[in-house]
Amino acid sequence: MDKNTIITKVNDFLVDEFEAELDELTPEANLKETLELDSLDYVDLVVAVESEFGVKLAAEDFVGVETLENFYNLIDKKVN
Amino acid sequence: MKRVVITGMGIYSCLGENLDEVKESLYQGKSGIVFEQERKDFGYRSALTGKVKIPNLKKQLSRRQRISMAEESQFAYVATIEALKNANIDMDFLINNEVGIIYGNDSTAKSVIESIDIVREKKDTTLVGSGGIFKGMNSTVTMNLATIFKLKGINLTISAACASGSHSVGLGFHLIKSGLQDMVLCGGAQEINKFAMGSFDGLGVFANDALNPTEACRPFDKNRTGLVPSGGGATLVLESLESAEARGAKILGEVIGYGFSSNGDHISTPNVDGPSRAMLKALDQANVKVTDIDYVNAHATSTPVGDQNEAKAIHNVFKKGKPYVSSTKSMTGHECWMAGASEIIYSMLMMEHSFIAPNINLDEVDEDAKELNLVKKTINKKFDVFLSNSFGFGGTNSAIIIKKFKK
Repeated sequence: MDKNTIITKVNDFLVDEFEAELDELTPEANLKETLELDSLDYVDLVVAVESEFGVKLAAEDFVGVETLENFYNLIDKKVN
Repeated sequence: MKRVVITGMGIYSCLGENLDEVKESLYQGKSGIVFEQERKDFGYRSALTGKVKIPNLKKQLSRRQRISMAEESQFAYVATIEALKNANIDMDFLINNEVGIIYGNDSTAKSVIESIDIVREKKDTTLVGSGGIFKGMNSTVTMNLATIFKLKGINLTISAACASGSHSVGLGFHLIKSGLQDMVLCGGAQEINKFAMGSFDGLGVFANDALNPTEACRPFDKNRTGLVPSGGGATLVLESLESAEARGAKILGEVIGYGFSSNGDHISTPNVDGPSRAMLKALDQANVKVTDIDYVNAHATSTPVGDQNEAKAIHNVFKKGKPYVSSTKSMTGHECWMAGASEIIYSMLMMEHSFIAPNINLDEVDEDAKELNLVKKTINKKFDVFLSNSFGFGGTNSAIIIKKFKK
């Protein structure tokens, strides 16, 4: 799956399920702050990624994930 | 001891989605029962149910709030919003005062089943999502509402089968009466999906007249064949008279008695003694005579034994009084965990608007209920005091007495 497809899919579920505004979803945006995530919300990110991409993320996968770009890259690495 | 008054009510039921709609349905004797093919296909003996729409709360609540709420919490939320508005209470008041919540709920079947199905399929508990635990616990309604409304007082779920809602009002009443709380949101919620009532249906106690859904539930009628499940949410704002007066609140009624008892008998078959003791205890606490009670909102669900034994109990207790008696379950079906709270609201609406709602489908009164003053058609009548009965599996009984407020 190419990177652009991953970005589109991620942004789609962030808008649909996490109530994000599409224009906020820039690669350099901070994931936690942009989505106003608390610790519980990371569980739902794992669910959404599994549902969309069929891959499972673990808590330790989020270490170092600060920006949306980091998040796209994490999924890219898992998927491909 | 403090006087305890009701200053707000909210209702979301198969009779309507707010107080006005429900009042009109009660007055018209309109049933909220439908036939639902999905239940038949699922394996129910009886596919009859009260019909309540799942509310869309996307505009009112955030994703984080909604994700922890299954339908019983959603119903309770809608009812509570109306109750708070009715009581003229805003978020500022809730944040700055110690307001509690005691709510009846005794199942979360759909949430539990859906979570477990995910684990079975995916073999990974994380994939249940973060809302699963908060939707699947019996205290789901109180944990959600206490969080959303920033409540800082008592925070407690009552699980007492079909008397849950009534006990919640009774216990809220006592906490305020004793001075431990100034205001408590009391109520009951009931999920209405097909998962919630399958095992109950399996006992063979549901009415099964698929061709005439609105005529299937017929409490005290000789030809009754069983109950019809139903659901929704019902919330009352209880507060001390001092608190209500300090706020300048409109007082809708006064709670004066709460009687409770346990049958110490069969797990599902009700008896005469337990409900009688609950009613007598409520009368004693309220310090009123049987002749002072104008109306009894019966628990009567339309099962042969339950109605028969309640009729005997009411007759035993009220011999001289002869209050009007009706079961609003003839219209709503059995709202189970919610019923004790919703039926207080139904009775309050009748008292406020000076009528007694009919026990519909009462074509031929059963022999054991012939001594009761049953209401077959709507009666236009002012009344001042009513008693509401609620009984549940395990033999748990609750009777609440409420009167029109007089200074």
